[in-house]
Amino acid sequence: MLDLKLYKSENKPTWCPGCGDFGILNAVKQALADLEIWPHEVLFVSGIGCGSKLPDYINANGFTTVHGRALPVAQGAKLAHPGLHVVAVTGDGDGYGIGGNHFLHAIRRNIDITHIVEDNLVYGLTKGQYSPTSAKGFVSSTTPEGAIERAVNPLALALANGATFVARGFSGDPKHLASLFAQALKHPGYALVDVLQPCVIYNRLNTYDFYEQRVYRLEEDANYDPHDPEQAWQRAHEWGERIPIGVLYQESGVPTYEEQVPALAQGGPAQRPMPPLTEAEREALLAELV
Amino acid sequence: MAVHELSIKLAGEAGQGVESNGAGFARAAARAGLYVYTASDYMSRIRGGHNSYLLRISDQKARVHRDSVHLLLAFNPHAITAHLHEVVPGGAIIVDEGMRIPEDPVKAAGLQLFPLPLKDLAERVGGSKIMLNTAALGATAAVTGFDLAYVEGVIRDNFGSKKGAAVAEANLKVARAAYELAGDRYGRRFPWKLHAVEDAPRRYLLNGNQALAMGALAGGCRFISAYPMTPASSIFEWLTAHAQRFNVVSKQMEDEIAAVTMAIGAAYVGARAMTATSGGGFSLMVEALGLAGMAEVPLVVVDAQRPGPSTGMPTRSDQGDLLFVTHASQGEFPRLILAPGNVRQCFEAGYRAFNLAERYQTPVIVLTNGFLASSLETVDAQDLPFDEVRIDRGELLDAAALDGLEEPYARFRVTESGVSPRALPGHPKAVYTTPSDEHTEYGAFESEDVANRLQQQPKRMRKLEAARAEMNGPSLYGPGEADVTLVGWGSTLGALQEAVDELNRSRPGSANLLHFTDLWPFPASAEGALARARQLVVVEENQTGQFARLLRAETGRRPDHLITRIDGRAMTPDYILENLKEVALHVGSQAV
Ligand SMILES: Cc1ncc(C[n+]2csc(CCOP(=O)(O)OP(=O)(O)O)c2C)c(N)n1
Ligand code: SF4
Repeated sequence: MLDLKLYKSENKPTWCPGCGDFGILNAVKQALADLEIWPHEVLFVSGIGCGSKLPDYINANGFTTVHGRALPVAQGAKLAHPGLHVVAVTGDGDGYGIGGNHFLHAIRRNIDITHIVEDNLVYGLTKGQYSPTSAKGFVSSTTPEGAIERAVNPLALALANGATFVARGFSGDPKHLASLFAQALKHPGYALVDVLQPCVIYNRLNTYDFYEQRVYRLEEDANYDPHDPEQAWQRAHEWGERIPIGVLYQESGVPTYEEQVPALAQGGPAQRPMPPLTEAEREALLAELV
Repeated sequence: MAVHELSIKLAGEAGQGVESNGAGFARAAARAGLYVYTASDYMSRIRGGHNSYLLRISDQKARVHRDSVHLLLAFNPHAITAHLHEVVPGGAIIVDEGMRIPEDPVKAAGLQLFPLPLKDLAERVGGSKIMLNTAALGATAAVTGFDLAYVEGVIRDNFGSKKGAAVAEANLKVARAAYELAGDRYGRRFPWKLHAVEDAPRRYLLNGNQALAMGALAGGCRFISAYPMTPASSIFEWLTAHAQRFNVVSKQMEDEIAAVTMAIGAAYVGARAMTATSGGGFSLMVEALGLAGMAEVPLVVVDAQRPGPSTGMPTRSDQGDLLFVTHASQGEFPRLILAPGNVRQCFEAGYRAFNLAERYQTPVIVLTNGFLASSLETVDAQDLPFDEVRIDRGELLDAAALDGLEEPYARFRVTESGVSPRALPGHPKAVYTTPSDEHTEYGAFESEDVANRLQQQPKRMRKLEAARAEMNGPSLYGPGEADVTLVGWGSTLGALQEAVDELNRSRPGSANLLHFTDLWPFPASAEGALARARQLVVVEENQTGQFARLLRAETGRRPDHLITRIDGRAMTPDYILENLKEVALHVGSQAV
């Protein structure tokens, strides 16, 4: 295990005291340390939102992009440089709202990235509007009479699209969360970790207490088999008195996207030298034009 | 007018093989040592609609197509009605005998009609009426006196590998039968002839999109992520077709936002990455363009313009995105814009864009359009200058330089040039963050500190100073001194050059041309060239004179006249000359 201090950033988090994002940050560091991934070997790509500030607060490569676009940037980085561990960090608005289309397609592509969603069921950074995961009836500044739509179910969405790794964590349980992150990082392919992250300012419904009374760890259920899609589907819809956390589903042996791209057989284009075309290569190109 | 020169137009419905046959004949002519320029005109339909394909063939360099046609191959009656007026007196129309045609207007226009049993021949000799196209090609060769061997070669290549020898053989028989019949009947009646040029040097036939993609590949591009949009798709398709051989990562994404941001991710970690789209797709990419500006990521975006607004005229051509791309995205950041004007310049833009993007660590936009994208041009070997390709990655710190770093690495170090030495993620001594927010030299974000902002924002913008000095000024074509100086940019180059030639042929010294390929930052050297011009006539394919406005804003020089074209059809010398007459009538009144 590497020293946790290795990941200490010069920048102090600006999150509100008690914000669930602290637990996520600590758990991420723990997972990297446990897996002995050095700061220069990992790239965090985030969007915009409270949680998306995370790359600034960890000593590692980081790219904070624009709202909703972490996933395609992360996938581009991974395909160009498969040697890097690439972690996309988004909020629920960021990942399931504005970036919803990217979410859908990242899943089915199965590029080897880890996707952490800080799911606080509200928009934090823009001060408390409802989010795609807010419950029907959720009252916010833009839904004063309560949200009319049903909430997005990210876990079911991921499963339905063929995700090969689907997990849910709780930022109030950072040790467990760290183990989920570590498993996600090790998983070859797209790995979603949706994290229940209390926003202590704007979400008075889904608080630490709310979750502490409800969450249970799937791995403590002896009957649960994370390789069984039917069980996973069922637990993905469990939300109420009991909320499962842990690895809902993992499918092994599915090739990653990059394993199937012949152009990547000798590494990504960012890792290879950039020599001029050879005489034979030019001739071959020109021969097509005669 | 060149000694041996003629224009052939094929016209009919989508699905009748207008484009493929036109391109086939173009290839045959190029192989015979002739110069070719083609222009395709088609609607956004897979079947039906009206399509035409124009080939200008000459033993002199053809830089653009012309409006007049000598031989029309009409695949349906509408093709005659639509194009009759383009055929020159004495010109001819080849039609299938079985087709009902309006004979009177043809005669009234002084044109010859060459009916031939094309469909019958196809069925009788080849066994299928699909080969009517092949029969038409054979007939074309016959009336123009062109050596059928070249057409046969193209037929063999086209069918041989794909559909097998039997199909090729049947087509060859049809071509020969049509060649003989048409030659006997009409060979002596058609005055324009195509003669193969003996010992012509090796030449190449390609369009601007192919050239741009090839230039990019030669320049080290190994990553393209895109979303299909006419007329940019063939850039993406060309690189994809060559992906396996050249280890190019090519990815069709879910939308343009994903396409451009994926390219940003790839460029960020060090690949030469690009995306290609048209105006609508570019609109979606706008926020990400600013991200590349703020994050100082070398990104290359091609905008192959088509007429807007909105979905506009998908298969047509235009130059209406200029001011949009120069200003797109919130705030201010350095960007570079190149607008190649022909195949050679497309090739050059392909690799130059990457060198500029990496040297200035900022996005580069290449503005092409539907016309450049689809027009085939024969070029000489030196017009695909692989030998001139240099891969200049700018201030990129290699592993050895990073190993020796004494201080913590500052990705956004404030420098005089504005360019900060760049390290790619992955080295232990260069662990850094890049925010899309304003940031410090070390990439820490939320640095809204006044002093920091006053360093970082000007640092980025300073890149424009060196770039402005480095941008190529306009190329001068024609005499150094002239009564009228035409000014154009991008795809209208060939049309402008030929217009200038024609003007000077009738009256030497009457016109010259300043053509811009480097548009932004506006080249510093432009002012001198413009100062020598007496009367400036800006020619462009948009309604408001966007380049004229840019010119005025950047140099203070007010163009005297503006010639615009907004019908989605490409600029031709004939159009320019016609409109210049108008200009001469209104000297001084058409202010820009
Ligand atoms: C294109 C664009 N639209 C809107 C915004 C404003 N915006 C910033 S963060 C955000 C939502 C944040 O919610 P979420 O993604 O759930 O993250 P949180 O702040 O809750 O962690 C919005 C709407 C933006 N930055 N960019
Ligand atoms: S607003 Fe909510 S999510 Fe944002 S920092 Fe504060 S507690 Fe965290």
